[in-house]
Amino acid sequence: MTRRTEFSAPRLPRRRVRVSTALIQAGMMLWTFLCIFPLYWLVSFSLKDNTEIFGGNVAGLPHNWLFTNYASALIGAKVGIYLLNSVIVTAATIAITCLFSLMASYALTRMKWRGQKAMLQFFLLGLMIPIHAALLPLFLVLSKMHLISTHLALILPYTGFALPMGIMIITGFIDGIPRELEEAGCIDGANIYQIFFRIIMPILMPAAATVMIFTFLQSWNELLFAQIFISKENVKTLTAGIQSMYGQYQTDWGPIGAALVVATLPTLIIYLCMSGQVQKSLAAGAVKG
Amino acid sequence: MRQVLSDRKAICIFLLPALILFVSVVIIPIGISFYFSLLKWDGIGQGEMVGFANYVKLFTGKTSSFWKAAGNSFLYAAVSMCIQLPFSLLLALILSNGIKLENFYRNVFFIPVIISTVVIGQLWMKIYNNDYGLLNSLLRSLGLESWTRIWLGDKGTVLGATFVPMLWQYVGYHLLLMYGAIKSIPQDLYEAAKIDGASQTRTAVSITIPLMKPMLKVCATFSLIGSLKIFDLIFVLTGGGPSGASEVPATLMYRTIFLKNQYGYGSSIAMFIVLECLVLSWVIQRLFAERAKKGVSL
Repeated sequence: MTRRTEFSAPRLPRRRVRVSTALIQAGMMLWTFLCIFPLYWLVSFSLKDNTEIFGGNVAGLPHNWLFTNYASALIGAKVGIYLLNSVIVTAATIAITCLFSLMASYALTRMKWRGQKAMLQFFLLGLMIPIHAALLPLFLVLSKMHLISTHLALILPYTGFALPMGIMIITGFIDGIPRELEEAGCIDGANIYQIFFRIIMPILMPAAATVMIFTFLQSWNELLFAQIFISKENVKTLTAGIQSMYGQYQTDWGPIGAALVVATLPTLIIYLCMSGQVQKSLAAGAVKG
Repeated sequence: MRQVLSDRKAICIFLLPALILFVSVVIIPIGISFYFSLLKWDGIGQGEMVGFANYVKLFTGKTSSFWKAAGNSFLYAAVSMCIQLPFSLLLALILSNGIKLENFYRNVFFIPVIISTVVIGQLWMKIYNNDYGLLNSLLRSLGLESWTRIWLGDKGTVLGATFVPMLWQYVGYHLLLMYGAIKSIPQDLYEAAKIDGASQTRTAVSITIPLMKPMLKVCATFSLIGSLKIFDLIFVLTGGGPSGASEVPATLMYRTIFLKNQYGYGSSIAMFIVLECLVLSWVIQRLFAERAKKGVSL
């Protein structure tokens, strides 16, 4: 990269280069500001009371930091319970999606049987299907099975819709594993389950991590299913919970802001810890296109 | 080895959990949705088979708000492709050209992508708030009192006001995909261009953009499909209002099924969303394929 600027430097007068670089940097700074400022504003009003928000201090830091907003959101408005439900649903979805797509990917790519290519295509078909199509039938089936307002009502559909992406990511990764590893295991007398769980699965962990992050973002942020398949307050996840909280707290911005911060914090922490990995996971979804 | 790998029982054990879940949650419901779309059914008792009457009503019904909703989703799609994608492309070109703080910018621009659409919707609802929102406060403090609006409650501004958060959220995503595509272009091409004395703009237009066509196709497909099936943001911000001005097919489907209990009619909207997504992503594939061919013949 640096070499290229060296090449172009003699072509342009020095000062022009500096001015245009400064302009570009200014533009980039502006977009950075626009990306971050709404989030700063969210955190700031989550710590204010109404008199401060509505009394003129719209965008400044809070005069006195009102952490009671967080207490009233977490306990009074049940955001603590929503958070717990989101954790349960998301963790189960991630675990099942990973295990099932690892196993299926192995059977689809490494094992030998007729029709495995067609079966892989069949799974990948799922990538194109919007969840809207399954909404009403799933709702009716879940009602019949008395699963509405249970965690399973979200875990099962989330997993089902996450599998195609999981299988796509993992099958793309499996091809790079040398067959000698399995052959060596076979010669040592390992059966197929030992080969898969002891030899293949550990090697697939980076791919599994990609699937985990992707699935995490999908299920943590999902609204449509969460809104319809859960009607009891105590089972709601964060997205649907915040929607129902909004009605009650329409004029009380602080607690709503606190709830929004609570819903965002886990994602943000994960992103700050491994931004490269998160970006890679989301870009992986586009590789196949 | 061969024998071990064609163990039928093991294949079933590995494959069936995923297959059963996938088929029962994704595939079968679509079939059922199609069947429902042929019924006149309020969800109670037996539905009455009416053939394609729901679709006829959808496309030609006089009171149908469907065309308004479909039109809005096409508008979102058009605006995303004409504003969001070129803007992301510009940012990607600048970033990949090796400016200072390259990684910092990329990481920050991506933050809105990972945040839940519900949070973004709620946040922007506050930004647009009539009395205390950021936008109107800013306008007032600049002395532009007359520019203040009820952004989400005004039929004239609601579509623009819902589009801005959408742009804000997804620029980082398209930027990241395009940036990756640019970074994978071999460096020697650029060096050749430099030796030939090509300017930076010229290099971008003649080398970078043509070579990232496959990724541009992906981005175009994503922003098209994303706009056609958009639900979360509209549902949170306006619920389709005021009086249907920002209605999209998915919010219309939600209201038709779960608030009006028109299960058959609502299912025909669901089927429409699925079909339009499949057909239009196919069209984009073809369009780009055609252009690629023409490029070769030139």
